Amino acid sequence: MVQSLDRLKESPSQTAGPYVHIGCTPNYCGIEQVFPEDLGSRMLKEETRGERIRIVGRVFDGVGTPLKDALVEVWQADAAGLYPSPQETRGKADPAFTGFGRSAGDMATGEFVFETIKPGSVPFKDGRPQAPHVTLWIVARGINIGLHTRLYFGDEGAANEADPILARIEHRSRVATLIAPKTVEGGIATYRHDIFLQGEKETIFFDI
Amino acid sequence: MSGGSFYQRDRRWHPPAYDPGYKTSVTRSPQKALIALDNTLSEMTGPVFGHDTLGPLDDDMILNFAKDGEPIGQRIIVHGRVLDEDARPVPGALIEVWQANAGGRYRHKKESYLAPLDPNFGGCGRTISGPDGSYRFRTIKPGPYPWPNGPNDWRPAHIHFSIFGQGFAQRLITQMYFEGDPLIWLCPIVSTIPDKAAIERLIAPLDMANTVPMDARAYKFDIVLRGRRSTLFENRMEGN
Repeated sequence: MVQSLDRLKESPSQTAGPYVHIGCTPNYCGIEQVFPEDLGSRMLKEETRGERIRIVGRVFDGVGTPLKDALVEVWQADAAGLYPSPQETRGKADPAFTGFGRSAGDMATGEFVFETIKPGSVPFKDGRPQAPHVTLWIVARGINIGLHTRLYFGDEGAANEADPILARIEHRSRVATLIAPKTVEGGIATYRHDIFLQGEKETIFFDI
Repeated sequence: MSGGSFYQRDRRWHPPAYDPGYKTSVTRSPQKALIALDNTLSEMTGPVFGHDTLGPLDDDMILNFAKDGEPIGQRIIVHGRVLDEDARPVPGALIEVWQANAGGRYRHKKESYLAPLDPNFGGCGRTISGPDGSYRFRTIKPGPYPWPNGPNDWRPAHIHFSIFGQGFAQRLITQMYFEGDPLIWLCPIVSTIPDKAAIERLIAPLDMANTVPMDARAYKFDIVLRGRRSTLFENRMEGN
């Protein structure tokens, strides 16, 4: 026998199930007396620095039906590329920006919406810049372990071309699944980003 | 805690995305391989929520929705510690929980089980782990309930847990089961976890030492999040 590493195993994941909103966005599902507001429902304040944008989309299953019971979370840097996290050591992020958002998706259409700002660039481990991006995490009934993916911005062509993570993706035709095209809706820059769990257009999911 | 990259997730320990026994996973499971992404700051950082996020009854599901009395059911305390894979405490972890009432009914528009709602039970709570990683909340033991999967599938009594560690890569949702429940071993969702030893990590034992005599029993549920490397000895990047 060799020595033991004495390491614990991570708690195994289980699906968030159909009622994830009770715990994560209770106000949204009609339980309004417990928490004053749903966590992650407001990413911005008046004084938050940066360009206001909206991220919208839906999550589709393998037969093309939009999920109406998904929960989508986003995590992103501020306009200067700093994370509002104790683990951020390069500087102090905008105190008026949470960096974290959570959307239950509309119960009728499944559309998720985030009112946020466009993030700045964050360095890769070797110091090269990454293209501006938002991390997404998706859970739902039928998803046994949360899915990590990223959103890159369609109007950042040169930065996306130079991004070290996008550059490593072997199947080049799949890179587009991570890039949200820009439109302007109601005067606000809007990035429409649908996520496909399966099929020809299957979104790239990461093992982080 | 230092801010290195996280240990690789053991994907064979977790449930696979696709498990035909859990029918909804069939069309909601990615079919292509996940793409390995060496942790960057985007994965190593994560939102941290202060104790000022919490209201005084957030960790008390017996009282946080009570209207004209307390909810019906078995009064329990759930407590434990949030640790990482190196058995170090994870302080400041936000834990959100949700569950059915004592009859197995959720307070949700899309829920159709015939068991009644309890007017005094909402079914959501949250807390933040202390400096030693410990947490606790008070609730009513949830009931088992039938669900549309097979013609006669039942969920064992369970509490859903959502946990934020210190990096977004640690983000985890799981479920806690109760010692001695025979439905655990019949459940298609539990069975998505391939390894019996892994399932047992989600079964909370009765903890008599932490019961409140003449009031509430206690169950202990420790949660393990991914461990992380120190920042001192990062790999050199490959040259591309």
